[in-house]
Amino acid sequence: MNYKVLVVDDSKLARMVMASAFRRIRPDWSLIETPNADEALATVSKGAVDIALIDFNMPGTDGLELIANIRKSYPGMPVAVVSANVQDEIIGRARQLDAGFIAKPLTDEALEAFLSGAALRLRKGAK
Amino acid sequence: MNPNASDLTEIEQDALAEIANMGVSRAASSLRQMVGEQVLLSVPAVRIVTREAASKLVERNNAKKLVAVQQSFEGPFAGKALLIFPEAQSLELVRSIVGDEHSLEDVIDLEQEALAETGNIILNGCLATIANVLHRTMRMSLPSIVRGDGATLFEVDGAASGQFVLFLYIDFNIKSRDVHGFIALLMDLPSIAALKEIVHDFIRGIEQQSSGHAG
Repeated sequence: MNYKVLVVDDSKLARMVMASAFRRIRPDWSLIETPNADEALATVSKGAVDIALIDFNMPGTDGLELIANIRKSYPGMPVAVVSANVQDEIIGRARQLDAGFIAKPLTDEALEAFLSGAALRLRKGAK
Repeated sequence: MNPNASDLTEIEQDALAEIANMGVSRAASSLRQMVGEQVLLSVPAVRIVTREAASKLVERNNAKKLVAVQQSFEGPFAGKALLIFPEAQSLELVRSIVGDEHSLEDVIDLEQEALAETGNIILNGCLATIANVLHRTMRMSLPSIVRGDGATLFEVDGAASGQFVLFLYIDFNIKSRDVHGFIALLMDLPSIAALKEIVHDFIRGIEQQSSGHAG
């Protein structure tokens, strides 16, 4: 099954790094990139997103606020915060929102682990 | 030539901000371990400005009396990393690290050492992350403490006063303590050229890695 993944990061470089990792480990999945929370919400509300990977430190709405917003309509969507900010509070708040946490600098291993779990969850949900 | 931010392309500016953001976010996580409380960060700013303009930027919204822990770094590019905060808050920062049970006298005694050590952990964490991301090695000097206004911190009166520098900075704030400050990186122009090269290598690397393994 090929899923649609939303990547939200204000940095183009960070989105390039993410896209590069996907081309290595999930080349058949499609990526939708947005640079901020508003565009991300607009994309999500069209219902075209299976999984979301969201930067924390962005101008305007931060990643955790965005996830809280997404959760209102999509309580079961696999979502992860992607950040170098590995402080307990950030990881703790992600957990409260039932979101994963992937540390920057991004590694294929960390992304792979999250995506495998997400795919499993989506398959279970579909049954 | 009159360098300004337009000398950095959009993607260069983006890359530097993102790489600095990773460095500072990691460093803030170390600071969080030391103070036991959440450290809030702003989004990073990247500018090419004169030293004087940089000094004005750190004074903005701040008392003129600042204290900074600084470390020089050398490698493929060279410059200075600084942890800066208003002097009036340095004791509060030290107190948040050593614990509230210490007397004011103890805190004052410990100030210099605690600041140097804090700066060392934060700035090293920041620079080491940047070096690792770029696959380069950087040597770092021992931390030293500077007190004064923005001009003193950035050596505005020295020979290099009119020089343009690459100035990266991020605000930090310790939640529930009245402590805020900046982490700043300052690089001179010859270093900017070297850094641009390295950033380009990095971006090319991202593109090659994916095309090599795609499909």
